This record gives sequence, structure tokens and C-alpha cells, in this order.
Amino acid sequence: MTETPRVRTLILDVPALVGHRAGQHVDVRLTSEDGYQAERSYSIASAPGQPLALTVERLDDGEVSPYLVDDVVPGDKFELRGPIGGYFVWEPDGATEPIFLVAGGSGIVPLMAMLRLRRDAGSTVPAKLLYSSRTIDDVIYRDELQHIGADVEQTLTRAQPPGWQGYARRVDIQLLRDVAFPPEDNPRVFVCGPTSFVEAVAEGLVALGHRPGRIRTERFGGT
Amino acid sequence: MYGPGVGIVSRGFRGRGRGDDSGRLPPGQYLTDDFPVLSAGPTPHTPIDEWSFTISGGTEPVTWSWKEFRALPSETVTQDIHCVTKWSKFDTDWAGVSVDTLLEHVDYDRAYAVAYSDGGYTTNLPIEDLTGGKAWVAFGYDGEPLEPEHGGPARLLVPHLYFWKSAKWVRGLRLLDEDEPGFWETNGYHNYGDPWREQRYWGD
Repeated sequence: MTETPRVRTLILDVPALVGHRAGQHVDVRLTSEDGYQAERSYSIASAPGQPLALTVERLDDGEVSPYLVDDVVPGDKFELRGPIGGYFVWEPDGATEPIFLVAGGSGIVPLMAMLRLRRDAGSTVPAKLLYSSRTIDDVIYRDELQHIGADVEQTLTRAQPPGWQGYARRVDIQLLRDVAFPPEDNPRVFVCGPTSFVEAVAEGLVALGHRPGRIRTERFGGT
Repeated sequence: MYGPGVGIVSRGFRGRGRGDDSGRLPPGQYLTDDFPVLSAGPTPHTPIDEWSFTISGGTEPVTWSWKEFRALPSETVTQDIHCVTKWSKFDTDWAGVSVDTLLEHVDYDRAYAVAYSDGGYTTNLPIEDLTGGKAWVAFGYDGEPLEPEHGGPARLLVPHLYFWKSAKWVRGLRLLDEDEPGFWETNGYHNYGDPWREQRYWGD
């Protein structure tokens, strides 16, 4: 399923699927005919209990992502390992604290698994998503986000379509102050995106009084 | 470990990572020129005048202030590093104090250590992986002070293990008789983390 010009969701038919938790990732291993192998990690987009979905962004200098985004067709096979990770996860059972999710670009993927789980589980935990994309065409899950049942705030940092109602700048401390649950509500915070984005968001939230131990981060890319 | 069916060919996948015939790239890793960041929470910013480094578990705890720590003999080393998220980076240049140098000041008879950091991060290692010229408390990278997002002011550097063992923002070592799994080690990641044996996760 094509999400944006650079992003595709793959639905995988996994034999002996082990249940996953929202926020976890899997490792994908590709093998060429001459036996060369390449492995990368991808966040799971689907809620637990749903067919396993990976949403992958093509990195132009990547080795695995161009294959997964451009070349894979239904019926193709590759190896998976996981699910992996026990920290950047959210579970609705017994949860009462609000969740504040902050996504930069394809950092939306593990957070979408949490929002889908929250919806599927009928959780009444208050949830807000702050989602930063470059342009409207880069927004992943654009339609589904409109009925995900959470308060969704978006910012478009590079260009905005006519009549755009959302924010139009990089996430800064004022934007976080406007959107985030106040620290007194003791929200659980999950931040995922490129390193510089996650650094800025996490530091902004700490400056606003959120306890560092409540903020869980996952980063990708170099510096 | 991947399950049975290992080695199924991915139709049309050619890959382009071949060409590292140096023998320096562990299995499942790819080479990068970037320096990716992996951390589980916000980056701590501890002022230098509040920073100290403590080794406990010997006959008595030994603590260095930043000034005392920087007065210790240090060395520059060039090392290949390997992150469990699959990237490796060759020939990284570090400045740091060898853990051997630190432990010369400690009277101990223990087998394991837990490194602990600002922000609450911990990671466990056998002491023999911290000694014998294999580990440093690094304060410099590429000729510059170590940046906070890469673990500054100081991080552990244990390049022969996956890089999560090289605790960022490290503030001390607890020496122990028994092994005590740390943060990632209790969250699905391998207890030892040898990249050459691809010990990424529980069960590897």
C-alpha cells in the first residue's frame, strides 16, 4: 500500500507469528542469489492482533529500504526476526495516564501502532499526537489519522497547502507548550523521529517541566 | 537467531554492501560514515562542576571530580565501533582514560561491573572486558570534546562489544560479585553483546 511517494506499507503473512507490543520493531533480512545478506530494523505499524504491517520510507542511499518500497511485490518472501524491544512500548491495560506522542517524519510508525491499539482496545486514555512532516504529501496515514480517535496536531515545516489550518514551523518549545499535556497531568511521552528532531523535542519537554524519566525516545539517522 | 528457512532468497535483491573485504565488519552489520544516535530518553546535560566519576565495590569507593579525572593519564585510540541497530563505523578517534588506569586506584576482588549514567541508564559487563586495554572512559571524539548527544562529557568506550555497552553520560562503575543485567539487557537485548557472534537479542 502506497502511503506517500517515498513510503510504502507492507502487510506480511508471518507463519508462527508471535504477538507483538505496540512500539516494537522487527529485523528484516534480505538474501541475494549469491548469498549476500543485508539486515535492517523496521518499526511495526500495526496494532497487536492485526496482520503484521511494516511502513518503510525509502532512503535514497539505502540498501534495504529501496528494495522494500520499490521492488517487493505481493508473494515475495524475506526473513523476519522479532518482535524486538521492551522499552519503547505502550500497553492500554490498566493505563490511566494520558499519552503524548510526538512524531517526526516516518517516526510516526511505532506511534501509529500505539494509536491503533488504543482505538482497537477501546481505551479511554487521553491521547495527543503531534506530527511534523515536510509537506502535506509527506504525511503518512493521512486519512486514517482523521478518525484515529485521538487529538491530532500537525505541523508542516517546508510548505503548506492553501488554507492549511495546522502549524507551519519546526517543533519548538512554544509549540510544545501549546500542544502537550501539562506536566501536572503526568503524561507518558513517546518521541520518535530523526535525531535532531528528537533531541529538540525531548529537550523542550524537559525545559517545560516534564520529567526525563517519563519521556521515551527512539531516533534514527546520523549526525 | 532467525528461524528455519534461513537463507531464502529475496527475489531481485542484489544488495550493494559487498566490497568490505577488510574482515572488520561483523555479521549483519553495514558500514556508515554517519554517527547515528541511539538513546532511550532525553539527553542529560550535567555541568562539569557537578560531574564526578565513582567506582564502588572495592574496599572503599573512589571518586574523581572532572578536574581530577582529566588530570589522570589519558590516551588517544582509533577503534571500529558496532551498534546493535546494524551500523558499524571504522577508525573512530577517541581520547579517554583507560579503565585500567582508573582501577589502579581501586582495591577490589570482583568479577562483574555495572556502569551507570546520568538519566538512569545502566549496562553490565564482566570486569575482564573492561581491563587489559579494552575499555576507556572517553571525553574526546575526533579531536573535540565529546558532544552531549554522543555521551559527553564522558562515556564508556568498550569497542569490542555492541555499542550499547559503551554507556553514554557515564558517572561510575559498581563492581559486583554477581552479574546484574542493565537497562537494555533487561529489555530484550543480549546480556554480553559480542558483535562477532551476533549476540544482539535474548536467545542469540
